[in-house]
Amino acid sequence: MKTTLKIAWRNIWRTPLRSLIVIGSIVLGIWAGIFVVAFCYGLNKQRTTSSIESAISHIQIHHPEFRENFESKFVLENPELLKTTLQKDEDVQAYALRSLLFGMINSPIKSNGVQIIGVHKDEERNVTNLHTKITEGTYFNTKRKNAILVGEALAKKLNVRLRSKVVLTFQDQENNIISGAFRVCGIFKTQYTRYDENHVFIQNKDLHRLVKTESYHQAALLCNTLEQVESTSQSLQLQLKNYDVKDWKRISPELAYADEVMETWLFLIMVIIMLALIFGIINTMLMAVFERRKELGMLMAIGMNKSKVFLLILTETLLLALVGAPTGMLLGALTIKITSKTGIDLSMVGEGLQSVGLGNIIYPVIDPKFYLFIGVLVFVFTLISAIYPSKKALKLKPTEAIRTI
Amino acid sequence: MEIIKTTNLSKLYKNNDLEVQAVDGVSLSIRQGEFTAIVGPSGSGKTTLLNMIGGLDSISEGSVEIAGTNLNTMEENELIDFRLKNIGFVFQAYNLIPVLTAQENVEFIMLLQGIPVEDRKKRSEELLEQVGLAEKLKVRPNQLSGGQQQRVAVARALASKPRFILADEPTANLDSQSTSKLLDIMAEMNKKENITFLFSTHDQRVIDKARRIITIEDGKIISDELP
Repeated sequence: MKTTLKIAWRNIWRTPLRSLIVIGSIVLGIWAGIFVVAFCYGLNKQRTTSSIESAISHIQIHHPEFRENFESKFVLENPELLKTTLQKDEDVQAYALRSLLFGMINSPIKSNGVQIIGVHKDEERNVTNLHTKITEGTYFNTKRKNAILVGEALAKKLNVRLRSKVVLTFQDQENNIISGAFRVCGIFKTQYTRYDENHVFIQNKDLHRLVKTESYHQAALLCNTLEQVESTSQSLQLQLKNYDVKDWKRISPELAYADEVMETWLFLIMVIIMLALIFGIINTMLMAVFERRKELGMLMAIGMNKSKVFLLILTETLLLALVGAPTGMLLGALTIKITSKTGIDLSMVGEGLQSVGLGNIIYPVIDPKFYLFIGVLVFVFTLISAIYPSKKALKLKPTEAIRTI
Repeated sequence: MEIIKTTNLSKLYKNNDLEVQAVDGVSLSIRQGEFTAIVGPSGSGKTTLLNMIGGLDSISEGSVEIAGTNLNTMEENELIDFRLKNIGFVFQAYNLIPVLTAQENVEFIMLLQGIPVEDRKKRSEELLEQVGLAEKLKVRPNQLSGGQQQRVAVARALASKPRFILADEPTANLDSQSTSKLLDIMAEMNKKENITFLFSTHDQRVIDKARRIITIEDGKIISDELP
């Protein structure tokens, strides 16, 4: 094997330019593949993180029937028991009780359908990053009653500004129409324009005063780490049998689904890149076999059997990939290391990105196991690409090959 | 002891409607230690005969027996293995592996035979010394002259300790000095070590050195002389 390796290694450098071109294409292909994958993962991670941090949180708890039609009568029973259970759970970092209602927001000139979210400002601060998204005014930092936070997109739509008065209209648990006047104390802007357009935040105490009852529809909670979410969700569901406990993947399946779809896409992208590389490798190896048919014929004549000739061509092909692939991976890893810190500024298409819940700067990220996947993929595809040139070599007849000038 | 025996050996090349009888009913016998030249004009069938004896070309009719083993019935892989163990080849165009040094070229065939590394090294050094290339062990073929490359090829052919060596026009690309040196080396090995050589040639210098001359024309033996 050592001699086969030695011959194969020296053979690939018999035509350095040609070998360098094919190695270069492998490096470039793998680098591009890794970068595209990391970029897409970065996009997806940002979308997921943004959704979790600004709205969904890790786990949500509702009345078992609430999520069917979002009817306000399905409130969380015995919130005190719920609070005690959540406080006892060591994996739960923070929680916030919310009231959720659907209604209309009216400004003097326009109205819009919105989800009204009643929050406790301090609890909410520990669970979501809404307080960091205030672009004008404050995060409920007012002594006045009936303060409201509206999204920048909604404010623009309703033509309201800070301290403008708006009226919220919604149904209470007995289906009575309730209206209340609120004053804009803050304008927020998340990464998701559509979310900003359809959600408003008020304080629970103001909402409870209007509906004359202290009830909640949702407990949103944050775990210490993302890895704890699934087990915590399952353990809470066992403890809270009369509640519906769901983690973010079940609350927002499109986010989890996007991960799966992305993985399939990225796999396809890598396969397409590898397919393109295969043709380059096959072409190079075919040329090498064609040029050396006299030599290969001689080897078979003096007693090198077919499996060894096959192994020689296979080794040469693998060596081309073994030089190119790690270099491509290294370049890819370096690029990701740099761009994961600096980010990639896409502000020129920022508006489009925000409409799908993304920021202007994307931070590429990659799971280290992806490198292993690429390694396996390169190995498999190189083996495949070695088959045709090797078969061509095996078809050579020693007498005909030796006669070749 | 008879090493090579051909009986009514024929080779017919067919290309569409064109048929060429390259070798036509050749029966011959070569004994251990012979230094034989097969001579004849270009296209007379010398190389085809040698290729069939070496198991490189298929046989249309007749048979080839090497030390009692009939080559006709062997599969391709069996033939490759048989060649490795029994036959040494010296080609007209040297056909060394260009990426290996002279010593590695000689060692390579022993590597295929599974001979341990120390034994390979020792034997390759001895053989290259015998062919006068002790100073060129680490030199690659492109840094050697044609004569030197052919001497490496002879050393390579001997490395596997074959029953006999087939040399197809070994001096065709060599100048007279290189030819003379190469022939001296081969003649000495034949004499000292009783190694059997079978040449195809139309080089008078080789014919002069040969102890048996088989003349072939239109695929048939027309004379078999012991000068």
